[in-house]
Amino acid sequence: MTTAALAVPATRRLGMRSSLRRNRRWALILSYVFLILFAIFFLMPPYYMIVTAFKSDAEMARMATNPWIIADGVTLDQFRILFTQTDFLIYFKNTAIVTACVVVITMVISVLAAFALGRMRFWGSGILATGIFLTYLVPDTLLFIPMFQIVKWLGLLNSYWSMVLVYPTLTVPFCTWIMIGYFQSIPKELDEAALIDGAGHLQMLFKIFIPVALPGIIAATIFAFTVSWAAFVYPMAFLYSSDQQVLTVGTVTTLIRGDVYKWGMLMAGALVAAAPPLVIYAFLMDYYIAGLTAGATKG
Amino acid sequence: MAEVALRQIVKRFGDVEAVRSIDLDIPNNEFVVLVGPSGCGKTTTLRMIAGLEEVTSGEIRIGGEVVNDLPPKDRDIAMVFQNYALYPHMSVFENMAFGLKLRKFNKAEIRQRVEHAARILDITELLDRRPKALSGGQRQRVAMGRAIVRNPKVFLFDEPLSNLDAKLRVQMRTEIKRVHQKVKTTTVYVTHDQVEAMTLADRVVVMNQGRIEQIGTPQELYHHPKTRFVAGFIGSPAMNFIPCRLEESGGRMRVRISDAIVLPVPASRSARYRSAAGRELILGLRPEHVTEPRHNGRGEDSDFTVTLDVVEPMGMETMVFFTVNGTEICGRVAPETAAGPGATMRLVANMEHMHLIDPNTNLVL
Repeated sequence: MTTAALAVPATRRLGMRSSLRRNRRWALILSYVFLILFAIFFLMPPYYMIVTAFKSDAEMARMATNPWIIADGVTLDQFRILFTQTDFLIYFKNTAIVTACVVVITMVISVLAAFALGRMRFWGSGILATGIFLTYLVPDTLLFIPMFQIVKWLGLLNSYWSMVLVYPTLTVPFCTWIMIGYFQSIPKELDEAALIDGAGHLQMLFKIFIPVALPGIIAATIFAFTVSWAAFVYPMAFLYSSDQQVLTVGTVTTLIRGDVYKWGMLMAGALVAAAPPLVIYAFLMDYYIAGLTAGATKG
Repeated sequence: MAEVALRQIVKRFGDVEAVRSIDLDIPNNEFVVLVGPSGCGKTTTLRMIAGLEEVTSGEIRIGGEVVNDLPPKDRDIAMVFQNYALYPHMSVFENMAFGLKLRKFNKAEIRQRVEHAARILDITELLDRRPKALSGGQRQRVAMGRAIVRNPKVFLFDEPLSNLDAKLRVQMRTEIKRVHQKVKTTTVYVTHDQVEAMTLADRVVVMNQGRIEQIGTPQELYHHPKTRFVAGFIGSPAMNFIPCRLEESGGRMRVRISDAIVLPVPASRSARYRSAAGRELILGLRPEHVTEPRHNGRGEDSDFTVTLDVVEPMGMETMVFFTVNGTEICGRVAPETAAGPGATMRLVANMEHMHLIDPNTNLVL
């Protein structure tokens, strides 16, 4: 009797455990199926870009070959022509200058603004912080018309320096918003400890807040970099000569003439243009993931 | 090294008065503990001394100098926070050295001071670690180290042990006391834990609703509380408050707590209580003064018999709970003498330690 009474729940328990394990296995299988589907979906365009960039024009023109593989062997012709016979390198240089300036300007403004709005209590700081974020919600497709007037008035039409001026209108609000969140998440005892230790506001910012909020600063930097590297509407509207053009618009306008698409060079250009963001992501992600705030307070 | 003086300090947050005109003098090198329930104004008071909160009105002096308008860094104080507030991106050494670096001490001096403090706190081997690689107790030591290296006039502690587990809290309590004995410095320590207050303090300041209820040595507060609040707050388990009537007949005074239980007032207290004879009062009696009869010649009169509701064995002693006229009373008896719940037990009240409280003013008579 006793043995039977004990045996039943034991079996039931075992059954429950095995059904738990079965559930978990199914969940894992489903996760992998969807992961693989997503991976294929997102990796197909870059794969197509890479394959096409290393093909010859002749192979592309032959409709009979499989477009997903390189049949005639790898060639660097597309890159050679792109670098030597087009203004691609000028676009690249312009984009690099614009992006570097925009990232620096954005980070200086948004770190200082976020520190003030997030940590220094003053009248209206909350409303101001929300207001800054709301400006980010106005799309650049609307903003470029009034912006055109401002850029023209400043005499910066058809100069890539106009991009250095207008891109921060996209990057500063969002980066400030991210940084406000990061600065607010730092326990207030940390700045009080620094105050007692003898730090002024600037010392507190540079010696405590910036190092502690580094993951947030890196996230904001990546955002500012991506926006200014990939912006399309503003350069399309404000820049029209080749020597001032940036990568996004320059590549497209140079390599698509009417209905003639120079696919090989377009893909080679896209590949080269995608390289810096990839390198930056790969380099900064390590810092981004490192949880620096751990250990500041009890946790 | 300096004395701290608070004169009629008031702090208002909008319409809320957090601190209501308090006066406090802390002599040089004294260890003072501010204790009270949440929201009593103790932390606000400490933060005003630190300069982290502005004073609404009143005057704070450190070492004789009025510091109301001085920023925290110029007050020569050091503070240990409840959640440690260590700089997470700096090593233990850098954390401790940060304040000295900002004050432009030379490197040799910084190293010597940090190493000295590390030796005092026994954290020398942790100097290269980051805070996240430390346990709670170690982090708290580093936070104390950061305060010690500065050699400030005043140490401020804001509930530094609240985040530690019970065992570590007891260890760190001893540690703090040891450090204070080595590094003699005026110390203001805030806690809500009356045991911490009693064990650490030279003098305890009991606060309630923004006011100081009583200032005194731990023994004074324990044996001679001036208000019902202090009587109830200090001591664990808390003092019993039993509604009673003070009676006088034939020159002897007695406290009647029920029809059956009448307890004699010691002759030494008669004069003090005479003016209140015939009034309804509250008898304050600590659990350790309600015990099994111990034949210590206290007289039969204070004996009474009750039926126990709940019995809690604590090992060294047993807590017994019973009800008299709807009031729950706690007694502390030797484990071998305790009856079981529902059983009757003969108990004795040690009236030498009684307190009588006026229910209208809540003051101890």
